[in-house]
Amino acid sequence: MSSVLYDTPGPRAKRRNLILSVVFAVLLALLLWWVWQTMSDKGQLDGDKWRPFVEGPAWTTYLLPGLGNTLKAAALAMVIALPLGAALGIARMSDHRWVRVPAAVIVEFFRAIPVLMLMIFANQFYSDYSGVDSESRPLYAVVTGLVLYNASVLAEIVRAGILSLPKGQNEAAQAIGLRKTQVMTSILLPQAVTAMLPAIVSQLVVIVKDTALGGAVLNFTELLNARKTLAANFANVVPSFIVVAVVFIVLNFLLTSFASWLEGRLRRSKKSTGAVLHVDDVEDTNVAGELVGAHGTDRGPEAGGGGGTGGVRKTP
Amino acid sequence: MFDFLEGYDVLGAFWTTVQLTLLSAVGSLIWGTVLAGMRVSPVPLMRGFGTAYVNIVRNIPLTVIIVFTSLGLSNIFGVALGAADDFEAKFFRLAVLGLIAYTSTFVCEALRSGINTVPVGQAEAARALGLSFSQVLTLIVLPQAFRTVIGPLANVLIALTKNTTVAAAIGVAEAALLMKEMIENEAQLLLISTIFALGFVVLTLPTGLLLGWLGKRLAVKR
Repeated sequence: MSSVLYDTPGPRAKRRNLILSVVFAVLLALLLWWVWQTMSDKGQLDGDKWRPFVEGPAWTTYLLPGLGNTLKAAALAMVIALPLGAALGIARMSDHRWVRVPAAVIVEFFRAIPVLMLMIFANQFYSDYSGVDSESRPLYAVVTGLVLYNASVLAEIVRAGILSLPKGQNEAAQAIGLRKTQVMTSILLPQAVTAMLPAIVSQLVVIVKDTALGGAVLNFTELLNARKTLAANFANVVPSFIVVAVVFIVLNFLLTSFASWLEGRLRRSKKSTGAVLHVDDVEDTNVAGELVGAHGTDRGPEAGGGGGTGGVRKTP
Repeated sequence: MFDFLEGYDVLGAFWTTVQLTLLSAVGSLIWGTVLAGMRVSPVPLMRGFGTAYVNIVRNIPLTVIIVFTSLGLSNIFGVALGAADDFEAKFFRLAVLGLIAYTSTFVCEALRSGINTVPVGQAEAARALGLSFSQVLTLIVLPQAFRTVIGPLANVLIALTKNTTVAAAIGVAEAALLMKEMIENEAQLLLISTIFALGFVVLTLPTGLLLGWLGKRLAVKR
């Protein structure tokens, strides 16, 4: 991919690359040395700061319950947001203006607002207008915030998924006399769900990352928040940050790998139409509701099979 | 009706949000471009570093990064970014640093996909003229890549604008923190939330429309 940018290195280029490598390695080593030195000065490398992670109390008492809450909030948010998102996405493609326009306004509004604000709002809302006890309120607030935001993101994924199907599917279904609802529920949606799966899984990564907001601002006891209590007990600020970061990286890496494996599998399978929303396409693409392949765009089978079909904006 | 606004500097908080956004945007554009350059460079070590950096930092929640800049970078490593005594300025700068570290990975990925859209013949022709790697990249490939990724970069910018609210986690006085304070102290929950929500709609919507239009105008016609 990138080798087109430079010639195969000759003797001089090889020497230059070697020198650059050495200079870069020295710079990196200096940085690492400074980090190591400071950590050892501050006692962050001491054995007793790391021992809790090896011997287990850090995991069983703090990190695993925290991780459990992170996963619980993420799973709840996804399960509630999916049907809402599907409803909004389908409503946005309706033939009736009075359904289409409000759905579009809701989707665009909630995508324009930071998740943190939605969480803060939900937290105060539950405290003012409901009997949710203060112990479980952070979970409610975090899940509500995540649902409001992700339902509108999933709505766009659903819409892009349905638009990614070959036009013939819709035409054939209408030709055999199915009603609009039947076309959607028995022809388009089942196929779109398969096309959307990778995009949905990678949206899960975003949700997992956003649960940490609740830990920092609303005192929801997820992984990041559990780290705080852990570090307060063992005074291991840097080690605990490193361990928590690694847990998040591994979790998200697994989800991302699963999404791309799913995508490859769906693309190769002969049963489907071959329309798959590309994982990265969900990240890139267009701006402010102006989506690729707007309503009724002509989309041949080759456009679907070739990948790049999505039209959804996703937050980093 | 709006007397609850008295005593709160709503515009000032949004101005902090705008400053956070603009500074982080410039910083992550620069660092993201450098990372993208590293990822396509002929030096294997730089390629490895770029790939590792992007894949690691992208998978850490921004909140963890921002909280670490305060508790880790500042408290343990003593990084004060030239504002050791002025706490307000220090946490503002730390938040910008965290936002740059995180957002640059998305800029890098957007740019890299832009580099892939530049036809192979462009780089081949440039090499045939005898241009070096850095010349091929800076004179031929990147100028065309930038023009094709304005749309994706606009999405990164919009996401960044919303992500600046995470700075509230370390006490930077931006919009989300003020909103939290106001709805806790005043009785007008819906009204206050609507004002802040509209503030963000006003910030993100024109950005998207303007850059979307610009992206269409500047796109390389092929």
